[in-house]
Amino acid sequence: MSKLSASRILSNPAYRRLIKQRDTLAWTLTICVLVLYFGFVLMVAFAPQILTQPISDTSVIPLGMLVGVGVILASIVLTGIYVNQANNRFDPIIEEIMRDATK
Amino acid sequence: MKTTSKSILALVASAALLAAGTAVADGAPAPAPAEPPLNLHAIVMFVIFVAITLGITYWAAKRTKTAADFYAAGRGITGLQNGMAIAGDYMSAASFLGIAALVYMNGFYGLIYSVGWLVGWPIILFLIAERLRNLGKFTYADVASFRLQQGPVRTMAAIGSLIVVIWYLIGQAVGAGQLLHTLVPQISYQISIVIVGGLIIIYVTFGGMKATTWVQIIKAGLLLGGATLMALGVMSHEGFSFEKLFADAVAAHPKHIQIMQSVVPIGAKANPIESISLGLTLMFGTAGLPHILMRFFTVTDAKAARKSVLYGTCFIGYFYILTFIIGFGAIVLVANNPEYVADLSKSVLALKGGGSMPAVYLSHAIGGDFFLGFIAAVAFATILAVVSGLTLAGASALSHDIYASVIKKGKSTEAEEVWVSKLCVVGLGIIAILLGIAFEKQNVAYIVALTFSIAACANFPILVLSVFWRGLTTRGAVAGGYVGIFGSIGLLIIGPTVWTKVMGMGPAIFPYDFPTFFVLPAVLIVAYVVSVTDKSASGQAERDAFEAQEIRSETGLGAEMAATH
Repeated sequence: MSKLSASRILSNPAYRRLIKQRDTLAWTLTICVLVLYFGFVLMVAFAPQILTQPISDTSVIPLGMLVGVGVILASIVLTGIYVNQANNRFDPIIEEIMRDATK
Repeated sequence: MKTTSKSILALVASAALLAAGTAVADGAPAPAPAEPPLNLHAIVMFVIFVAITLGITYWAAKRTKTAADFYAAGRGITGLQNGMAIAGDYMSAASFLGIAALVYMNGFYGLIYSVGWLVGWPIILFLIAERLRNLGKFTYADVASFRLQQGPVRTMAAIGSLIVVIWYLIGQAVGAGQLLHTLVPQISYQISIVIVGGLIIIYVTFGGMKATTWVQIIKAGLLLGGATLMALGVMSHEGFSFEKLFADAVAAHPKHIQIMQSVVPIGAKANPIESISLGLTLMFGTAGLPHILMRFFTVTDAKAARKSVLYGTCFIGYFYILTFIIGFGAIVLVANNPEYVADLSKSVLALKGGGSMPAVYLSHAIGGDFFLGFIAAVAFATILAVVSGLTLAGASALSHDIYASVIKKGKSTEAEEVWVSKLCVVGLGIIAILLGIAFEKQNVAYIVALTFSIAACANFPILVLSVFWRGLTTRGAVAGGYVGIFGSIGLLIIGPTVWTKVMGMGPAIFPYDFPTFFVLPAVLIVAYVVSVTDKSASGQAERDAFEAQEIRSETGLGAEMAATH
């Protein structure tokens, strides 16, 4: 990497803004996954009776089964949100910063 | 499938064992008929799969010229292809046969594993995937050591990688030997392992990452297709009603409604610390497996790296939901069935051939000998694909990190490095064969905990700290990394699985199977304290180099380009 383009990138306010926005998104989504998953794990550890109660009087299906499948589906959705934002919103800004830096 | 004398897949059984904390009934050779029938369906399908993959290897070999071709498939893999390959690399026989077996024995509890093994993927995407692609060349140590001292950091990372790879290989080799020998009794356990080891050496030395990737893609397609058919078979038997499936399972299982109401293995005591430690291990371990991280160097750019995680997560999540249906289907269709159960008068659950057979027998219950042969071939393909990825990851740690960077200090040529790498592949293949044979009768129940703990406690935290924390210095990374590696190994040795069950030394000194709950915080604290107290000039230079690393990590400026040919 040439020193010149690196210093140009650093002096570009759009670069700092981008890093901040993208890292905020990445860490927010990370925290979402951690909260969802460790919410599930802590219920397993400390309040299993919530997970093991049936979803209705006539059903044998425990609530935890829906919660578990829900965590899997939510993980996929959050993954999709990040990819969509990074590829469609942030990548064009990066390309622009790179064009400016290597002009 | 008349004779089954051994447990298939010790690794898989071990996942169940580990979790269940009870011995799975197996090992005792059942009296075998003199002339077992040849399992033609399985053999024909093995042979077709092997022929196709050898054809691909031939094709890939002609296109593998540079080091980037060999380690990273020329960086020309698309997002969708890599997503499939990720799924093929990650969905091991442990997750296919193992989760189905866990659900078969314990019901709802198996879902905790499915969830834990999936949630590492979003973390990989948000924090690691594109930064690996932007910063690294061939191994995750490239990234961890990007602005740190090459020698000590790469040595630590390579040790972590190799321990994970070799133990993972042992588990897979033992599993492959037992699977092939169980399904085709005419082939002995030793010959089975030699066949697997030989195939892997051919795939990887000649075809490199290109052949490995396509073996993984084909295997993922077969496994997803096979699991879908099995789940459809179960659901059609149950009139496409989940309520009926679960109600029938509760009726068929000897523990009845308990299979819906236990969040620990049935019969085990609730143990909050162990539950949390298991959760941490599964999630962060996934994000630190060297053969998984290596896949991100094969794609064209950061955009493709991201897309590949999305595709991979969809495939893996879908697959884990299927294994759950398959496990409950096995309770309904396999348990209580004298064709599959070893001795109905003793237990309606314990199967001929051991603890990991439920999914295999379910395929027979649904589709007869033909479908059983297909699923057996898929399970075999699964092991081959995972072992290929592991072998390549291990060889790259030895050749790229240890040989080229530590010993030759970056002065070796690419051709030399690839040549060393191929020697390492042959060496690792032979080691896998020998250890696979040596471990035939060993209790390998600790392998999942060992490999995932080291990945979660050493590889993952050091990687994340080096990318995100300016303050990390070489001393901090190395100290933290070794605490992760040796802390995990030490606590596992004095833990219940190894101390009590494998070595028979009486009550365990450390009462938990998964050490991550204690080791991971220790790693973070050590890496932090050692880094901030590092007043050396080199430490300061490493902090100053963070900004340049961050530009490349975030924008891909200067990242390794895709090959043009």
